[in-house]
Amino acid sequence: MIRPLTGLMNANGQPLSLKDYQAGQGYEGISKARGMTSAEIIQLLKDAGLLGRGGAGFSTGIKMSAVPPMTDVNQIRYLVVNADEMEPGTFKDRWLLEGNPHQLIEGVMIGAHAIGAKVAYIFLRGEYKFAEKCLEKALREAHAAKLINNLSIHIHMSAGRYICGEETALLNALEGRRATPRAKPPFPQVSGLWGKPTVVQNVETICNLPHIIREGAAWFKSLGKAIDAGTKIYGVSGKVKRPGAFELPMGSTVREILDDCAGGLIDGLKLKAFLPGGASTDFLGLDFLDVAMDYSSMGQKRTRMGTGTMIVLDDHTCPVGMLVNLERFFKQESCGFCTPCREGLSFVYETLAAIERGEGEEADLAILERHARILGPGSTFCALAPGASAPLMSGLKLFREEFSEHIAQKRCPYGN
Amino acid sequence: MLSKHEIAEIDHEIAKFPVRKSACLDALLVVQKHRRYISDESLKDVADYIGMSATELDGIATFYNLIYRKPVGKCVIRLCDSVSCWIMGYENIRKRIQEELAISWGETTADNQFTLLPAQCLGTCDRGPAMMINDELHQNLNPDKVSDLLKAANLEEKDHDKTSHRAHERQWSAP
Repeated sequence: MIRPLTGLMNANGQPLSLKDYQAGQGYEGISKARGMTSAEIIQLLKDAGLLGRGGAGFSTGIKMSAVPPMTDVNQIRYLVVNADEMEPGTFKDRWLLEGNPHQLIEGVMIGAHAIGAKVAYIFLRGEYKFAEKCLEKALREAHAAKLINNLSIHIHMSAGRYICGEETALLNALEGRRATPRAKPPFPQVSGLWGKPTVVQNVETICNLPHIIREGAAWFKSLGKAIDAGTKIYGVSGKVKRPGAFELPMGSTVREILDDCAGGLIDGLKLKAFLPGGASTDFLGLDFLDVAMDYSSMGQKRTRMGTGTMIVLDDHTCPVGMLVNLERFFKQESCGFCTPCREGLSFVYETLAAIERGEGEEADLAILERHARILGPGSTFCALAPGASAPLMSGLKLFREEFSEHIAQKRCPYGN
Repeated sequence: MLSKHEIAEIDHEIAKFPVRKSACLDALLVVQKHRRYISDESLKDVADYIGMSATELDGIATFYNLIYRKPVGKCVIRLCDSVSCWIMGYENIRKRIQEELAISWGETTADNQFTLLPAQCLGTCDRGPAMMINDELHQNLNPDKVSDLLKAANLEEKDHDKTSHRAHERQWSAP
């Protein structure tokens, strides 16, 4: 199986050295990219069908092509890597940052070249201390080997706030402002950091660039098993035999990821449901086991893959308790800027927590459903509340029986 | 008063940005690294140095989970309470820490050794439950392992009192 992103990595968890990265064709992508124009690179990314791996799955080539063309070589553009991985249940970018920091740096060089940026920021979450060390060392090595020309790459350590992963909030954070999201339009590609054209991309997206440049669009497309192209870092957490992250062909099925890679559930437990890609995706049931995990296939089923790192709910864990945990996270991490999110999520959390304590009423379920709709897409300033609404709305449907048990028995039947 | 060291490190951060104010969070992190938390006085010093009002800077300082506006102990424990760790038995870890240290969320032990804070998903969900003690990540926790870690952290701090030195290990990349 071809694993372009992780195949070279050391088994002992230590970052891949510059020497080993170069031995595996490292930094050949940027050499090739330097011989290409901006338009050629962006067209190649469009042809390859690279979709943003942060969760939204938007075309990287289209995103980059929204940057206005350079009319003067001194025009300022910025490339920003979103390494603020904080979506509960998501641990894929950490692997890429710690396992092969040079791959990210080469990707940054290619991305910056594609949009004409001379400055790039890696926006790293504050807790990723080992990743910071790995990246700093790799940057020193790359500078010493004179691999980086005409580009400043800065690492910015954040200080822990989920909303900073929203790209416009991230830009405010980098500018030293309170990290609340900005109104779109203008989109960051037109007016981003300090009002200059800026492209923000997820770590995994950027790590794909060297391979696409080197091997071409047709090769990248051939890696996907279902509709979308490339490979994907999937992950499984929860009570399974071998939790972990796995690089597989894009479009692998849930069953392949969960059973073949993660070994299925721990003996004595059964799969009840799962969140396919982090806390802000829908609870899905057993009827999704053979669905291809890619953006398009999941979209056809009217759901989202998100980050592709799934969280498994077993039959001994209380689904209501899990929802209480998820919604507590969202209410805490709401930036407080818009009313439905700030007030609604707290209300949802309090209501769910009361049901879990055995103090709920049947009428609460209709109230929760109403709030899940109000928090959904279209009524809030950014995607945080719609993300929080996804597990709530789907959980209310999927776990109707468990909710009613909590309410009828006036306690948590799982003993919480 | 900011120290010479702090000013040098803050200047290094300012150089990364075209606008001075953009380095305000980085500056707070520098000062916190040396002083463990951001006092009202430090906040004002940083605001003056960066060139923004203390009120605006406080709006940023209080926004972030990792900026401490109150004194914390030598070891800050940040226990992940997000969904995967919750499924994997976070509750037993929380109970053990709170029993051992006799503190609740946000509190510091009487000897100033430990502060306990909740952490949002630490991005190591396949190895939960997880927590950080200062900059160190600890994974696959069980209650007994946590007791051992707390003992070890306590001894280490008492023997060497090296909290501030450890923080100095952070190296700065070549500009």
